[in-house]
Amino acid sequence: MNKKTTKAKTTKIEPAEKQPTKLEELQEKRERKMVLMQGNEAVAFGALDAGCNFFAGYPITPSTEIAEILALELPKRGGVFVQMEDEIASISAITGASLAGAKALTATSGPGFSLMQEGIGYAKITETPCVVVNVQRVGPSTGMPTSCAQGDMQQARWGSHGDSPAIVLYPDSVKECYELTIRAINLSEKYRTCVILLLDEVLGHMREAVRLPDMANVRVISRIKPTVPPHWYKHYDENQKYLSPLASFGEGYRYNVTGLTHDQLGFPTNKATEAADMMERLRKKITYNIRDLVQIESYKMEDAKIAIFAAGIVARAAKAAVSMARQEGIPVGLLRPLTIWPFPDDAVRKMLRDVDVVVVPELNQGQLVREIQRLVKDRSDSKLIKIQRVNGKLISPTEILRKMKEGM
Amino acid sequence: MANIPQRVIHDWLRHDKKFPHVWCAGCSNGIVLGSIIRALAGMDIQRDDIVMVSGIGCSSRMPVYVDFNTLHTLHGRAIAYATGVKLHKPHLKVIVITGDGDCTAIGGNHLIHAARRNIDLTVILINNNMYGMTGGQCSPTTPHDAIATTAPYGNIEPDFNICDLAMGAGASFVARTTAFHTQETQNMVREAIEHPGFSLIEVISACPVIFGRLNKKGGAPQMMKEMRDNSVPLAAADKLPPEKLEGKIVRGILRKEIRPEFCAQYADLSKRVQAMGGEK
Repeated sequence: MNKKTTKAKTTKIEPAEKQPTKLEELQEKRERKMVLMQGNEAVAFGALDAGCNFFAGYPITPSTEIAEILALELPKRGGVFVQMEDEIASISAITGASLAGAKALTATSGPGFSLMQEGIGYAKITETPCVVVNVQRVGPSTGMPTSCAQGDMQQARWGSHGDSPAIVLYPDSVKECYELTIRAINLSEKYRTCVILLLDEVLGHMREAVRLPDMANVRVISRIKPTVPPHWYKHYDENQKYLSPLASFGEGYRYNVTGLTHDQLGFPTNKATEAADMMERLRKKITYNIRDLVQIESYKMEDAKIAIFAAGIVARAAKAAVSMARQEGIPVGLLRPLTIWPFPDDAVRKMLRDVDVVVVPELNQGQLVREIQRLVKDRSDSKLIKIQRVNGKLISPTEILRKMKEGM
Repeated sequence: MANIPQRVIHDWLRHDKKFPHVWCAGCSNGIVLGSIIRALAGMDIQRDDIVMVSGIGCSSRMPVYVDFNTLHTLHGRAIAYATGVKLHKPHLKVIVITGDGDCTAIGGNHLIHAARRNIDLTVILINNNMYGMTGGQCSPTTPHDAIATTAPYGNIEPDFNICDLAMGAGASFVARTTAFHTQETQNMVREAIEHPGFSLIEVISACPVIFGRLNKKGGAPQMMKEMRDNSVPLAAADKLPPEKLEGKIVRGILRKEIRPEFCAQYADLSKRVQAMGGEK
């Protein structure tokens, strides 16, 4: 009897005694708007704020925190977290969930990203919204799982077989991890495609103080729903700059989805005209809307004679190098693409017009520099300085400055 | 079958531009499709709530022809896509159409894990003993010594027992039948759809044009006859001595048990976490 009473009492006061979890603490801090968080945490919270309600993934360093946080958070919000048997199953499950109406995301790193490529192509050809976050590590193969590299830039563009345009975003700070995750989900919904978010390993694990916006200031885009009766519905309608409505399974629009080349209704076709139409549609969807897709940061470029072109964590070092060079009176500026694909050809070409030297530092054996070479190949008056490294170490500001001076 | 008029199958098919279908004369896939449609027509399910998912292969072309929500996915991945659909909208009836190569070779990993999770999918695996669409290559269910284009001197690998595999992985409903036994297939499909958990039906089928020709099995009628004569119902098989069961197809519901279903468990978990006071 006595025992029972004590037990009942303990149960009653339990909620007050419950230790707040790390995330609840984080959430509290967040209400105060300033919070210290990792890039991976920022991705997870960005995803939630953008309305992500489905995550399927497979553990892989250095992206695992994204899965861990969403495993904790999604069930609380009525969303689904599922750990699949591999990365192929993960991309497949998020694509299936998206067709059922979910805002779906997965996170991985190089080896998993390679496995997902077929599924990414499927999401693109079937025009199914989804987001793949790739926290890059040193490759090829297993490489250096806890070290930083930017080796998947071209894979993000060309990894899947066949021609298919890509939307790939590249943040350089924890805050931008949050913002670009929201943007990635928004763009995937708007353009009905698989959007890729590339993070550098260092960024995924780096902690920075971030002021997250009020939810009222977060712009969330969701797919357009069809308003026509089911028998008029075309799964791949051609109006409005190729941004067509998307019905979900179970809503009365019984359509077909296939990875085969298909017609506007989604049925397989071998007709040359219909095949050409589909391919053009996939291409134009991106090229017609390039102004909406491209984001590029220009830093001290107004009077610059030397431009550093860098993305992600390397751009952080480059920014410091710009300040150091400016102190020595060297007119240097920085161009940093937030959208690396579609590559901002026109914007970059314009910004490099008055520049004599372009410095391209990157943590790979020359992936970003190919695009710059392509843009400046007809110019005899410009010089290109490449700084490339794949050994797990970062490129420092002084190194950029030194190589720049040597090359000038 | 008697109480379902012939018109039913016609009603449940898509007619605009989809026919003629891709299957060869004598193929069992259409017969199995007939059984599936008759099973569904006899149930109280709206077509809007049926999602038919498939991978790649001859049998996987089936969804294109039927008037449901249809999802023709990548080779081997049908169950993984179906898992995503089902988890996001658990009220939908998700049926996976797959083949022996699709489901047990390239997709074997997804099969065993979906069975382990006991997610409420109905997998109808049409087993024709080799890869038909690519022209007769050896699959995990090609019998020992059988000829395939990639086993021209006879297959030296042992074949999978698909039902044993599914049961070993934890599937809660497992059945085997043949394309000859249409009424049995129809009943099994119905029971599998009604079963709350992962269900797999292996339908042994005939591919007279490729497998039959390579292995001198005769034409479609001979292969149909073989399915009839060479199979025994489970009840009869139990009474037969093992030597008489050698090489026979045992038909019937091999396992049916109730285990916690994955989507239901997830819903419970979600409810529990929310009751604990997870913030919005």
